[in-house]
Amino acid sequence: MSTIEQETETEETTDESAEPTVESPGERRRAEKRERTQAREDQRVDEEIDSSEETITLKVFRYDPEVEGKEEPRFDDFTVPFHKGMTVLDALIYSRDHYDSSLTFRHSCRQAVCGSDALFINGRQRLACKTQIADLDAGTIRIEPLPHQEVVKDLVVDMEHFYDQMEAVEPYFDADELPDDELEEQRQDRENREKIKMSTRCIWCGACMSSCNIAAGDNEYLGPAAINKAYRFAMDEREGEQRKQERLRIIEQEHGVWRCQTQFSCTEVCPKDIPLTEHIQELKREAVKNNLKFW
Amino acid sequence: MHEHDVIVVGAGGAGLRAAIAADEEGADVALVTKLHPVRSHTGAAEGGINAALREGDDWELHAYDTMKGSDYLGDAPAIDTFAQDAPEEVVQIEHWGMPFSREDDGRVSQRPFGGMSFPRTTYAGAETGHHLLHTMYEQVVKRGIEVYDEWYVTNLAVTDHDDPEDRHCHGAVAYEIATGNVEGFWARDGVILATGGLGQAFDHTTNAVANTGDGCAMAYRAGVPLEDMEMIQFHPTTLPSTGVLISEGVRGEGGILYNDDEERFMFEHGYANNDGELASRDVVSRAELTEVNAGRGIEDEYVDLDMRHLGEERILDRLENILHLAEDFEGVDGLDEPMPVKPGQHYAMGGIETDENGETCISGLYAAGETACVSLHGANRLGGNALPELLVFGARAGHHAAGKDMKTAEIETGRSAKSEDGDVSPPVQPGAIQTGDGDVAADGGERSDGSRSSSDLRADGAMVEPKETLEHTVQQERERIETLLEADGINHAEVRSNVQETMTENVNVFREEESLNDALRDLRRARERYEDVAVADPSRTYNTDLIHTIETRNILDVAEAITLGALAREEFRGAHWRAEYQERRDEEWIKHTMLAWDDGTPELYYKPVLLESQWKEYEPKERSY
Repeated sequence: MSTIEQETETEETTDESAEPTVESPGERRRAEKRERTQAREDQRVDEEIDSSEETITLKVFRYDPEVEGKEEPRFDDFTVPFHKGMTVLDALIYSRDHYDSSLTFRHSCRQAVCGSDALFINGRQRLACKTQIADLDAGTIRIEPLPHQEVVKDLVVDMEHFYDQMEAVEPYFDADELPDDELEEQRQDRENREKIKMSTRCIWCGACMSSCNIAAGDNEYLGPAAINKAYRFAMDEREGEQRKQERLRIIEQEHGVWRCQTQFSCTEVCPKDIPLTEHIQELKREAVKNNLKFW
Repeated sequence: MHEHDVIVVGAGGAGLRAAIAADEEGADVALVTKLHPVRSHTGAAEGGINAALREGDDWELHAYDTMKGSDYLGDAPAIDTFAQDAPEEVVQIEHWGMPFSREDDGRVSQRPFGGMSFPRTTYAGAETGHHLLHTMYEQVVKRGIEVYDEWYVTNLAVTDHDDPEDRHCHGAVAYEIATGNVEGFWARDGVILATGGLGQAFDHTTNAVANTGDGCAMAYRAGVPLEDMEMIQFHPTTLPSTGVLISEGVRGEGGILYNDDEERFMFEHGYANNDGELASRDVVSRAELTEVNAGRGIEDEYVDLDMRHLGEERILDRLENILHLAEDFEGVDGLDEPMPVKPGQHYAMGGIETDENGETCISGLYAAGETACVSLHGANRLGGNALPELLVFGARAGHHAAGKDMKTAEIETGRSAKSEDGDVSPPVQPGAIQTGDGDVAADGGERSDGSRSSSDLRADGAMVEPKETLEHTVQQERERIETLLEADGINHAEVRSNVQETMTENVNVFREEESLNDALRDLRRARERYEDVAVADPSRTYNTDLIHTIETRNILDVAEAITLGALAREEFRGAHWRAEYQERRDEEWIKHTMLAWDDGTPELYYKPVLLESQWKEYEPKERSY
């Protein structure tokens, strides 16, 4: 409030341009800023009106095989004060630190890069840290562990199977040959980096695998994350043709790309917007071309 | 008990690089880490990796910039070694498949960064750390290096000779989070601490919840001095509501900072007449807060970072991740409006004292990455120098621990390197609370009266056999955990937030004696309350309540070390600004503040800064940008 009043007081010497000619960048910035200041002011007023201690209720899945009363899965309710910008992770942390310190979930970075807190939130796989409560538009938020994975405790699932599938595609770079000079990098076209860019963004959160109907029914299916990892290397021009052949052989096996039925669940839930289904289809095409050799 | 040649604690960038290096030497190496490697906070690093790779640049320029950035508190042998090794390390990760951003000719791109005299910051979009972490983890998988993931190392197995420099580290003790098992890890050749940052000592931080200074606290209690702990970097551009980092890359690409009067204050108020927004981080953070304190902050809290003029194409090509962060965590569209930013705790320049081969004064114990202090960054780290640091020193520690013949270090470690005693008079007694009743929980597993319960002592009072040292430590940790699980007491969360609040309030960008003393008093109270901490969750299955309780003890120790150092250093250097001392005092203060735990009563002393290495000599100059 007071800063705005100050502004009018200090705006003495800046009024030199008598005629408004073409707007200078500075003027444009100032005009935009006035708008933003006004918007902030309006927002503050709005917030004051409805700051009547809003709360949100979490319905959280609970299970602990070795604690009496928790061996049978159940849901606990936690009512937490809501503030603007609050994420599901914030609400979980609040519940744990204020109501029940045994409430268990994985989380670390708080900024959607470590992939620890993929959960089943209101019936969909999401990262808790990235999910704004306001966007869920629901008075009650139901939070469960990722489906189709073994629950260790509360919201923590066993990720071993996911990691195993990742390892099955030999998820590491293998160049045919490297420059002799240890100070000489390999060359890569900007277009090629662009092509693999989205696939390199995977944070191993497991949301895609958990959303995939095929993976749910076929434990050996490599799954979208692992196939995407294979894509990341198969499409990287820095690897040689022979290595690409080997990679295609891995993903065209019985429980590989051909299991995908293009339901797009994985693509829908991926918190990093990786076009997983597209990548899987592209590898199918590569595999077919590879085996037919008409051209 | 598990047995390996080399045990690496932590599997972020430094840990992975160290493990790969040890593996290259043919050692049997294992990573023991509380998070699965890909969850490490290295993955959140955005901006880039500095290395002198191109025509017109060379390692000496990089070293000079780093020394200037450090405000002449970095040690020349560390800085020179780092700048020489960095290019090879960067090309090495490119050879491992790192998806760097590229120039038209297919070579790795480099961009300008704060405090750099040459655009030498290589990057992969604005998610460089993510790609670095995953690239290195891939190499670990390729080599079949054993990873004990979700095993939390709670203590080091160190012999108990009176003089820390006679001690030997034989391994570590870890708690398996999924099952509650406590196991010993015998390291035949060495233990490398690579546990990352300590941002959780603060309230508003860019750091992950897992960054609790575990390595620093464990090494400190085992007898390794902590160095320059007061040197905490506050990053100038973090989102106000969460502390999420907005990369320096935004300013590197041409982003501009404005105050509430729409002034480009870095220039218009003379904070950095040449480099403006690309001055070093300490300068920019102080400038922002000065603006806010002068009433020119927006909503009295933050300033604006504007990148709209860079254009959508360039932003999407090089800074796309920033758009997502601003949108997801602040509800701001960076293409359309400026982003709100304010300083937030970001990085610890100080840490476990090591030499340029990663070795501490305890034989068999190494440290690398953010948890270590070589000292490369001195009083202020330059953006883009943390990732090459963990590559260079992770690799050196790994090679050395695995027995490679390294050049003798120029940097001396341990109390024998002491040049003078410290003088600091804290208002309360720092260190462990001497209850005398053998309270295990209160003291991170050591009996506070110093007595040993077990009967496995030599006649001279020192346990020297590796296995017996390890078994003793395992026993101790089992008791400690048992106590925490079975006792009744208060929840650690409140103690932790007390620490974070006082640190953010009193040990921030601007520091003064009175508030530092307040912080020490608050920390003492928090320690007293920690005496009554217990874990409510009785479960042995994935008990995060227990993990966080043990971490809180570590946070306490590092928070106190930071504050003591800040109280001791009576000058203004780099990130350390003191109300009472408004200038850099070179005659007296070109020295490192060292803190030794001394079985629970911290001792402060000083060690000279080395401004000369076998390659170069540096002359302290006025530092302006």
